[in-house]
Amino acid sequence: MSKVLMKGNEALGEGALIAGCRSYFGYPITPSSEIAEYMAKKLPKLGGAFVQAESEVSAINMVYGASSAGKRVMTASSGPGISLKQEGISFLAEGELPSVIVNISRGGPGLGGIQPAQSDYFQATRGGGHGDYHIMVLAPASVQDMMDFAIEGFELADRYRIPVMLMAEGTLGQMMEPIIVREPVTDFYDKSWATTGCKGREPNIINTLHLPQDEIENRNIYLANKYKEIKANEKRAETFMTEDAELVVVAFGLMFRIVKRAVIEARKQGVKVGLIRPITLWPFPDEHIKKAAETAKRFLSIEISMGQMVEDIRLAVNGKVPVDFYGRIGMTPNPEEITQQLLLVAEKEGA
Amino acid sequence: MKIVAKRPESLTETRYHYCPGCTHGIIHRVVAECMDELNIREQTIGICPVGCAVMAYKYFNCDMIEAAHGRAPAIATGLKRTQPDNVIFTYQGDGDLASIGMAEIVHASARGENITVVFVNNAIYGMTGGQMAPTTLLGQVTSTSPYGRKIEQEGYPIRMAELLAQNEGSSYISRVAVNKPANVAKAKKSLKKAFNNQINKKGFSMVEILSTCPTNWGMNPLDALEWLEDKMIPYYPLGEFKVKED
Ligand SMILES: Cc1ncc(C[n+]2csc(CCOP(=O)(O)OP(=O)(O)O)c2C)c(N)n1
Ligand code: SF4
Repeated sequence: MSKVLMKGNEALGEGALIAGCRSYFGYPITPSSEIAEYMAKKLPKLGGAFVQAESEVSAINMVYGASSAGKRVMTASSGPGISLKQEGISFLAEGELPSVIVNISRGGPGLGGIQPAQSDYFQATRGGGHGDYHIMVLAPASVQDMMDFAIEGFELADRYRIPVMLMAEGTLGQMMEPIIVREPVTDFYDKSWATTGCKGREPNIINTLHLPQDEIENRNIYLANKYKEIKANEKRAETFMTEDAELVVVAFGLMFRIVKRAVIEARKQGVKVGLIRPITLWPFPDEHIKKAAETAKRFLSIEISMGQMVEDIRLAVNGKVPVDFYGRIGMTPNPEEITQQLLLVAEKEGA
Repeated sequence: MKIVAKRPESLTETRYHYCPGCTHGIIHRVVAECMDELNIREQTIGICPVGCAVMAYKYFNCDMIEAAHGRAPAIATGLKRTQPDNVIFTYQGDGDLASIGMAEIVHASARGENITVVFVNNAIYGMTGGQMAPTTLLGQVTSTSPYGRKIEQEGYPIRMAELLAQNEGSSYISRVAVNKPANVAKAKKSLKKAFNNQINKKGFSMVEILSTCPTNWGMNPLDALEWLEDKMIPYYPLGEFKVKED
């Protein structure tokens, strides 16, 4: 185990390599491009495959090909590029093809801006492409997480045969922090389903077409059951000072770290405030929210968006207590600004 | 009894769903015969299109992948780059390859991906019910060019073999037809060359195959074969357009 200073995007790339990913297909876009650059530098030396695709549409389908062969494979992009990948993500979900898709996100809609944002939350957690499906979504909050979640992402992808998205704000991709370089996980995953040539066995088929009506329904029921299992096993969140909290703030990714400082400050000023950080955005850690709602009087969602996760929080508290929202976009609020918000909301009735 | 013809091992026993007289079936058979004769069935992975051949994965007796509309060359790229010892072929219609998947095919060829592309040109969208394709001939009536394809309205039909032959990355590009036995024999020879090209790691190969769609052309199968000869071949000349020398 060694400690090194690394940029978020590079730590993520290194994490993928540690996880045994030897193929990367992507198309450049700010603020994610360093991931492609890192993989372009490293993969040829490791005997891996790197292709700069002609578009995100192609890149995700190259991922589809490599994953069909049972390989650990990754692609990375940002908002507009992730939109283009949605067709392929829907196919990956239905083909049950494990893969890691990274969204180093920026503000939208449209071409938007390159400032960090969390406004792809709906797109990430609601499927995004066509059909009745989910992918797993992990939200790192530090450069260390960028490495750790990349490794974890590949494990989850293989365990459930599902595409896993890592969604991080542009800032996390760009900033440097000291991190501990992890060891690879060496779990064995059965990939006897992969298309690698049928020598010595019956042909394997990777297919997403289901014309008979009972077949398409059974297929969707099968997938829904898999998503149920993931929901039962994989909801993850971190809590901070929630035990006695009257006001519970929910924030993920980079926003979590900013809010944490604000919570410490607000506590000093006598406000009973706590914090929940969803680590998996899908499955959403609603149990953590529900539990806090038993004692808390008010919730506040703080996001770098105009309010998207706030809907999941409202679903989880199910009308029990009020849920407020505060968000900026294009601008990352500083801890002082958030502290002001906490004090304001705490003054409201119920907190 | 002497067996003079039997089902190629590279085809399953599943019955085709194609319309009577459709030449997709002939093309499947010659592709499978090539696989048999080259003894590559157990290392081959085929990639199906969206179009009438969408269920080709049921017919070829090797590992198969179903692709999104037009994306087969990108899937083939991801596969071949990570599994260089497999033989990879895509099977694509003209809507799939020349319209929605134009970027994927042009760039796979430009990169010189070591894959074999079987391109079935029937000048129409078969599966969706006879709409205009990028390869629909001038004057040809389809359900979305009901007054016949006009230059001012729809522009010119695309000659894919000639277009891809321009790419330095293309190694073998030909156009064949399956409208009569002599042409079928030539088509098979060309396909075999395209597979051999990949086996010898020479790079991107595509065989464009002129095929019929009696159903959507509104003709009986025999008239369709004649229409192919009289109308398609003059615009889409047969032959080899690129044979890269080592
Ligand atoms: C993204 C997308 N767009 C459109 C379709 C509908 N579609 C299915 S087959 C087809 C045309 C296929 O024509 P072609 O590739 O020429 O093959 P053919 O059926 O003639 O063999 C279209 C447009 C689709 N399945 N997916
Ligand atoms: S619609 Fe045309 S291309 Fe499709 S199977 Fe029928 S004849 Fe063949």
